[in-house]
Amino acid sequence: MQRVILSSFLIGVLFGIGLLVAGMANPAKVLAFLDLAGAWDPSLALVMGGAIAVGLIAFRLAGQRKVSVLGEPMRLPTRRDIDRRLVFGSLGFGVGWGLAGFCPGPALVAFGALEAKAMVFVVAMLVGMAAFELMERRSASR
Amino acid sequence: MNIDWAAFTPWSALLGGALIGLAAAAMILLNGRITGISGITGGLLTPQRGDIAWRAAFVLGLVLAPTAWMLAGDLPPLQIDADYPLLVIAGLLVGVSTRYGAGCTSGHGVCGLSRLSPRSLVATLAFMGTGFATVFVMRHLLGG
Repeated sequence: MQRVILSSFLIGVLFGIGLLVAGMANPAKVLAFLDLAGAWDPSLALVMGGAIAVGLIAFRLAGQRKVSVLGEPMRLPTRRDIDRRLVFGSLGFGVGWGLAGFCPGPALVAFGALEAKAMVFVVAMLVGMAAFELMERRSASR
Repeated sequence: MNIDWAAFTPWSALLGGALIGLAAAAMILLNGRITGISGITGGLLTPQRGDIAWRAAFVLGLVLAPTAWMLAGDLPPLQIDADYPLLVIAGLLVGVSTRYGAGCTSGHGVCGLSRLSPRSLVATLAFMGTGFATVFVMRHLLGG
C-alpha cells in the first residue's frame, strides 16, 4: 500500500511536469488551440498524440495482466454503452474548458504555481464536484 | 485556416505529451488505475476507507509539480485571461460536468483513447466540439 501511495505521488509530479513541458498548464495556449477561426496553434494536438502513442502500448500491456506490478487489481473500465450522462457531461465540460482554458489537471498544476486565478477556478471546480455528489446522493435516496 | 507558426511548439508538445503518457502508463501498470484527474479528485470528496491516500498523494504530486520544476529553472509562462466571474462559472461547469460525464481530458482523452474505448471517443469528440464552439462564440461572435 505504501508503495502505491508513493508511486501515485511520483506519477502526479511526472504528469504535472508533462503538462508544464507541453504548454497545457497555460490557458492562453489551450485557448489558442481551441480557436480554430483565429490564429490557430495546433501544438496541443501533438500533446494528445504523444500521450496516446505511449498510452496505446501501456494499455495493451495492461490488458494482458491479471494484477498490477505492485499487486493491485487491474481496474480497467468495462463499460461500452453510450448514455445520456456521458454525452451531456462531456458537452458541458467542453463549454467550461473553452470559457477559461482550464481542464482539471492543468488547473491543479497552475494552483500549485500559486496563481490566484487558478486557485479561484480550482475552488469553483471542487464546489461543482461536491454539488454533483450531493445531487447523486439526493437522487439515490429518493 | 490560419496557423500561428510562431506559437507552434511541436517538440515540447510531443515531449510533454509523452511524459503525460508515461505517467498514465505507470499508473495503470504499477497501480492498476486509470489516470483521470477529475475522477481521482472527485473521489476525495466522497472518501471511502482505504481509497483516500493514493488519490491525495497523486493530487499533491500534481500540485507540487511546479515546485519540483522550480528546483531546475523558471516556470514557463501561465497566462490566464479569463476574469474572476468567468473563472467561477467555468470552474463550476467543469466540476459538475466532468463528474457527470465520468471523465475529462486525461481520463477520456488520454487513457480512454489509448484503450480504444468507444465511450471515451464519444466523450472526447463531445468536449472538443463544445470547446471549439465556445471559443468561437466568445472570441468571434461576442468579441470578448
